[in-house]
Amino acid sequence: MPAPVITATGLTKHYGDLVAVAGIDLEVAPGESFGLLGPNGAGKSTTMRMIGAVSTRTGGDLQVLGLDPDTHGPEIRSQLGVVPQEDNLDTELRVRDNLIVYGRYFGIPRAVCARRADELLAFAQLEDKARSKVDDLSGGMKRRLTIARALVNEPRVLMLDEPTTGLDPQARHVLWDRLFRLKERGTTLVLTTHYMDEAEQLCDRLVVVDQGRIMAEGSPAQLIREHSSREVVELRFGSQRNQAAAERIAGLGDRIETLPDRVLVYAADGEAVVEQVSRLGLHPTTSLVRRSSLEDVFLRLTGRSLIE
Amino acid sequence: MSVEQTTRDDATLAALAGAVRPRRFGALYVAEHQLRAMRAYGWTIVIGGLGQPLLYLLGLGLGLASFLDAPVGFGPDGPVPYVTFVAPALLVTATISVTTEEFTYTVMSGFKWRRVFWGMNASPLAPGQVATGLVLAVAVRMAFVAVAYTALIAAFGAVGHLWSVAVLPLLGLLGGMAFGLPLLAYSAGLRDDAGQFAAVQRFVFTPMFLFSGTFYPLATLPTWLHWIGWVSPLWHASELGRAVSYAQPMSGATVAVHLGVLVALAAGGWVLARRVFVGRMHG
Repeated sequence: MPAPVITATGLTKHYGDLVAVAGIDLEVAPGESFGLLGPNGAGKSTTMRMIGAVSTRTGGDLQVLGLDPDTHGPEIRSQLGVVPQEDNLDTELRVRDNLIVYGRYFGIPRAVCARRADELLAFAQLEDKARSKVDDLSGGMKRRLTIARALVNEPRVLMLDEPTTGLDPQARHVLWDRLFRLKERGTTLVLTTHYMDEAEQLCDRLVVVDQGRIMAEGSPAQLIREHSSREVVELRFGSQRNQAAAERIAGLGDRIETLPDRVLVYAADGEAVVEQVSRLGLHPTTSLVRRSSLEDVFLRLTGRSLIE
Repeated sequence: MSVEQTTRDDATLAALAGAVRPRRFGALYVAEHQLRAMRAYGWTIVIGGLGQPLLYLLGLGLGLASFLDAPVGFGPDGPVPYVTFVAPALLVTATISVTTEEFTYTVMSGFKWRRVFWGMNASPLAPGQVATGLVLAVAVRMAFVAVAYTALIAAFGAVGHLWSVAVLPLLGLLGGMAFGLPLLAYSAGLRDDAGQFAAVQRFVFTPMFLFSGTFYPLATLPTWLHWIGWVSPLWHASELGRAVSYAQPMSGATVAVHLGVLVALAAGGWVLARRVFVGRMHG
């Protein structure tokens, strides 16, 4: 097995009394696509910033490409591509110039920057926008340009912090396609997201983070197997009757969760549960059997209360 | 050597090699970016740089001066024309006013509006290099303004000794940085512009412009207002400019004090600004 590109042991970050990251252990192998999942304020972005060598850790060990970010920040950052949560393209410059100027930060000669800019514009499907102003691009185009910019130094590790937040479904799918191509080329991807479908699409392996700690780790399929059932039955009896119905079906499936608008039964065989419910003389207004998803795992591990 | 070792060494070596140029030239890359971005408002810089001195020199030299009976500036051989007295101070005012734009709104833009500093931060550049690069780019703009101003001053015949045109732009640059670098440190620490930059313009720049011996010698002001001049980089740089331009009498010690204050303000502001950039970007 090749040496990991990122190794963290007991990684912590405190801001005064606030503990943002409370001891995280992780390893990312070269070429792997690794995801950090978690609710807002879980410590994902702080972890990304420490890996990205722009935030000093409070404690623990961290090695990126075999180097310590505290002493070799510029060296590590020279091999990273970073796609931040909020675009920071230069709106004073045109699309192609954004790529060239950014390439210069890595000490890449102008002519090489210009050649790479053209290749990356093609990769990001923005060739006909080369001379456009950044402000004239759509949200999806800006994100693709930001990804193209992050690739200008041909990074070994591409770090993406919530890459598709705020994009429409079409734009998300185009972006996933581009990221998938990078993954095929062997680029290591490290991403944070709170879209579970995105994590399932892109990540070989992921960790669920909450309150600065890792709650679970594994491939999407593994996590579903370990933390949820194979299927989920969603029953709606009407908001007034859900609680009473849940009490009557107690014992069905592996676990029951009562929500204001529906009752969820986690079970290996959903259809069998629906039949049992019917045999008990209960008639939900709607019943739906679906496969368990990463979202079920996520909600189980991090809870349903809203964090803002 | 194992495959494992080879892989890691390969990545580590690439990283070590990848930072050599950015560590050395990073500030220049930032300056290059900033100067490219200035092209978006390049005409404003050129027209402002040439138009403002032209207006001031015409207005004060041909207009106001014709009403003044008593001379205000004196060289070793007696009084000098009013426009010669006022020209060095106008030059320094112009370089200082570059900083009230570039070390305020541009900084807020870099951190908050355009957020380009965060893009730089994710690259191999260090926060100190971002600050240095910004200062270099502003120095280029300032140098353009100072040289243009000096050329127009010379064209108006408002210098005592022609050789002084070689030194006046440098004094303009020093005066500009003595005011600008502490301002940069202040701006870099701001999370939001809730009117602070307009306040700097109204309550710092304007009183300084009016009460730093710009239009008349500081000594003509009531004594209780003299402190404005003493703390004002504009006054120190203007006095040196007058000494250079028409040999306004000045002792060696006074020259040293003027230079000392300007260098101390610029150096102190510079150290502080770098520290604020580092704290903010790598906190």
